[in-house]
Amino acid sequence: MKAVIKVRLKKGILDPQGKTVNTALQHLGFHNFSDVRIGKLIELNLHETNRVGAGKMVEDACKKLLANPVIEDFTYEIFEEEN
Amino acid sequence: MKFGVIVFPGANCDHDMFHALKKVMGEDVAFIWHQEVSLREFDAVVLPGGFSYGDYLRVGAVARFSPILKEVVSFARQGKKVLGICNGFQILTECGLLPGAFMRNKNLRFVCKNVFIRTENKNTAFTNTLFSGQVLKIPIAHGEGNYFIEESGLKELQDNQQIVFRYSSVDGDTAEIYNPNGSLDNIAALINREGNVLGMMPHPERAMEALLNSTDGRFIFESMRS
Repeated sequence: MKAVIKVRLKKGILDPQGKTVNTALQHLGFHNFSDVRIGKLIELNLHETNRVGAGKMVEDACKKLLANPVIEDFTYEIFEEEN
Repeated sequence: MKFGVIVFPGANCDHDMFHALKKVMGEDVAFIWHQEVSLREFDAVVLPGGFSYGDYLRVGAVARFSPILKEVVSFARQGKKVLGICNGFQILTECGLLPGAFMRNKNLRFVCKNVFIRTENKNTAFTNTLFSGQVLKIPIAHGEGNYFIEESGLKELQDNQQIVFRYSSVDGDTAEIYNPNGSLDNIAALINREGNVLGMMPHPERAMEALLNSTDGRFIFESMRS
């Protein structure tokens, strides 16, 4: 199974990287874009066949290491195929 | 006192810290490689600055799982002194010995310069040789010193006098313009509720000798051993 995890800064937390990229986009003419925020994408393979078990493991990993709960939120998806 | 300086792969301030403690303060010091599992012989442990594990994933996130960190946590729970400088402070927040978290500096730049910090709490094991409001000149060198904690956490820190140093002007004015990294409430150093774990972003080990910048860093170590 494969897990794709998205780690984002919590709402309300200042994201100066996002702001800088937003400004750069405006300069490039993308005037319809706004509120850029930058997060992380983490992909991994799981050697597990049970979907519920897999979900629990991914959550556990996110809480322990992959996301810092003080400043970040996470979401994840589990896919059946293994690369 | 016997001091231990923990060395993580990627730490780069361990030798400066060792020099500060041994040569300047005249203390008994030893390096502790991150894979060691005992801190029994030490009275105080220092987590020095640097880029442990290349700051991979998040600053201090991986160092937190080094074999020695479990020992540092239990060492701290016994009430013994733990001092985290810069990356060391970041690691202490990742392992929960201090609350909050660090983010990229607000202006997105790595800031490397002398700053002034004001003593907010002189009644700690790390600041008892200072007077309340005393301003120190100590350098910072970091890209992720932007301290954050949510509102109720900040109130607790303020109520319990856990904020030990704040960024300020040379005269002790703690207005936002003297904040080099966007840190909440100009926080430069914090202590835990029990008073034995201190984290500070500035580098006192780089302010030990008049020939090399400033001697204000000595106050921290003089307090620790008194």
